[in-house]
Amino acid sequence: MGMAAEAQYHVLAVDDSLLDRKLIERLLKTSSYHVTAVDSGSKALEFLGLLEDEHNDALAPSVSLNDHHQDVDVNLIITDYCMPGMTGYDLLRKIKESKSLKDIPVVIMSSENIPSRINRCLEEGAEEFFLKPVQLSDVNKLKPHLLKGRDKESEPSINKRKGMEECHSHDITRTNYDGLEVV
Amino acid sequence: MERSPLLRQVAHQRQTLFDEGLLDEQFVRLEELQDRTNPNFVEEIVTTYYQDTSRLILNIEQELERRPLDFGRLDGYMYQFNGSSTSFGAKKVKAECSLFREYCRAGNGEGCMRTFQQLKREYATLKRKLEAYFQLARQARLTQTASPPG
Repeated sequence: MGMAAEAQYHVLAVDDSLLDRKLIERLLKTSSYHVTAVDSGSKALEFLGLLEDEHNDALAPSVSLNDHHQDVDVNLIITDYCMPGMTGYDLLRKIKESKSLKDIPVVIMSSENIPSRINRCLEEGAEEFFLKPVQLSDVNKLKPHLLKGRDKESEPSINKRKGMEECHSHDITRTNYDGLEVV
Repeated sequence: MERSPLLRQVAHQRQTLFDEGLLDEQFVRLEELQDRTNPNFVEEIVTTYYQDTSRLILNIEQELERRPLDFGRLDGYMYQFNGSSTSFGAKKVKAECSLFREYCRAGNGEGCMRTFQQLKREYATLKRKLEAYFQLARQARLTQTASPPG
């Protein structure tokens, strides 16, 4: 076919709340992303082709769970932090420890504004941290991370700090937080 | 073309939900996500909200009958309730959720039980008023399509 249209980015959304899954799916689809939504970290790993009981360090470097074994092409993962079983943070770590998946940008969502939690996620390699309820303006921030992910360039850490500050300054205008520390 | 009385009533009833603090701007964002390609989005979310929360209410009721109270579990359920209510825009219900969680953290069983009763009242009010609003909105849509163009 002679379609000049850009290929759609594929986002994997992970959240144990059905309502939040529906919401994030709608937000992402509105922004023209192709979406797969799953309800747990283990299902996310399964979808990504990374089996939960496989430890990457136990495999010789030449043995691959590499891209050519992946049937799915995921450009970004957006996950809730607080989930039963595997948390979003655990999922983030597993992805970053995986040779085949570590370059996929990961975004964390949480309904709780806990600076130490945010820092921990960003330090572990999350691109952004969104406070729930996630809005269209948050989803609009995903594009640069998707493009970077495609290039597979490693990000200097300074950008992550900047990302965090942007989250905070964005959050100050929100009214639905109790005890939000004014930065 | 002047708005029909029915449409004005629908708009008024919708505004009341916000004026009375039952809903916040998150609900407006949900409405904005509904369009011609997703005409049932709000209804879908509302249904999901009721399903989620009615299940949680049962769970919490059961937990509140245990002795001693397991504040950890109670807080866990309420965390989910709060999350759903936040994503839905249920302002007053959300406030009760937060209060309940504070009592959990303080290990105050009486406070939890009292707040839960209040939460259920707010929740019932929200459901009732939302249903009335949606019913009226549906009615208005039907009469709109039935009437000839002006």
